Amino acid sequence: MSEVKYSKEHEWIKLDGEEATIGITKHATEMLGDIVFTELPEKGSNVDKDGTAGVVESTKAASDVYTPVSGEVIDTNQMIIDDPSKINEDPEESAWFFKLKIKDKTEMDSLMNKEEYEKFAKETSA
Amino acid sequence: MNIKKTSLYNLHIKYGGKLVVFAGYQMPIQYKDGIIQEHKYTRSHSGIFDVSHMGQLFISGGDDLINDLEKIFPADLKKMKTNQSKYSFLMNNKGGIQDDLIITKTSDGFLIILNAACKYTDYEVIKSKLDNQYKLNLDESLSLIALQGPEAKNVLNKVIPGCDSLKFMNGNNYVYKNEKVYITRSGYTGEDGFEISIKHSDAETFVESLIENESKLIGLGARDTLRMEAGLCLYGNDLDNDTSPIEANLKWAIPKSRIETEFVGSEVLKNQFQSGVKKLRVGIKPDSKVIARGNTKIYNDKNQEIGKVTSGTFGPSVEHPIAMGYVDNSYSTVNTKIFLEVRGKKIPANICNLPFYKKNYVKGEINV
Repeated sequence: MSEVKYSKEHEWIKLDGEEATIGITKHATEMLGDIVFTELPEKGSNVDKDGTAGVVESTKAASDVYTPVSGEVIDTNQMIIDDPSKINEDPEESAWFFKLKIKDKTEMDSLMNKEEYEKFAKETSA
Repeated sequence: MNIKKTSLYNLHIKYGGKLVVFAGYQMPIQYKDGIIQEHKYTRSHSGIFDVSHMGQLFISGGDDLINDLEKIFPADLKKMKTNQSKYSFLMNNKGGIQDDLIITKTSDGFLIILNAACKYTDYEVIKSKLDNQYKLNLDESLSLIALQGPEAKNVLNKVIPGCDSLKFMNGNNYVYKNEKVYITRSGYTGEDGFEISIKHSDAETFVESLIENESKLIGLGARDTLRMEAGLCLYGNDLDNDTSPIEANLKWAIPKSRIETEFVGSEVLKNQFQSGVKKLRVGIKPDSKVIARGNTKIYNDKNQEIGKVTSGTFGPSVEHPIAMGYVDNSYSTVNTKIFLEVRGKKIPANICNLPFYKKNYVKGEINV
């Protein structure tokens, strides 16, 4: 079974072999409000752990999206470019942001599991 | 700072309002539906806005009140009929806008609606300029509730019968639960609507009765997107102490009859009327879906900086990013190509007409 982990910047990451799918959490979308614009990294580019890898804008403000691991961008989700509101509807499944060919699997170790993330999200939003 | 609550605080909580501090008050930025749904509901039905944080300044007494107020405000107060409202400004000697406001002639004087963040300073400024001759009351015993949208007149008429006969920018006294309320037909969303001045103790039941008639509470977030689509300025963003009404493209609010007369800032305005201005507020439409927010730098096609965005967002009804800002006057013509610097990239955009959204009251029509 593929493993889902979470970052302190409210991204989720699902690893399937070498392929990591990354998106933002439901909790993040609730904080952002209605998302109206998305910018994603370019296919073929390399992104570094904790570096900027996109932007989401809500009606309120712009926020950077970070990548929780390093790797090469192998796919981006055109659906959320065409209709950013899909991110509010289904953030942790169909509205993923980008897929990476992961460079170093050990970078996953420092990320939180679901239970840890839920606790973290609750504490930081209180 | 002492953070204040309005009379509708409990309702904001009850209906799931996300509260933020705005101008010293705990105000709802949005409710459960979110900014886009709230925005669209106001445009299609009606929305209730708590604007009780704004100042309600009553000025009365003295025979010379109109003359003395005309020395402060560039409005044609002499020509105003009782219950008529005008949009005007409090200016400084440099012609800069200290606040934008709505002034209404009442039976015994004037009522001035002031921006929340400016109201205490405005009060002191106006009081000192009037030489303490008159009775000034910044009435904090009253709530102010705006009801906006195509259904506003039907909703309000069910709760306070007769108010649908009010004309735009006119007000009158009505009765709600045996208490006097003052209602004006006005607003700041680009929709038909009303502002209701009501005792704090009646505000909650009044708003609940609007909700029973299918109106919904709308937060500050949608108020901002609504006013931006309507091309209206937000003080502190689009207007400030260093910007004159002429520069702000609000020349229409300075009546011709007042141009040759004296008021605070009149020298500067007269000069600008004759010789023009260096910068001008314009509408801006980005070519792509990128949003340019306040403080975004504006460039010409030679990469020279020519101005700054003062408000920008995604317009839910026009379904496109919208912005307004100030550019060097030589770039203010509609369809001039400009570039907005967003996250290091130059985004092409065009100068466009304001408003972005214009209601055709018969059919409802959108201009983009």
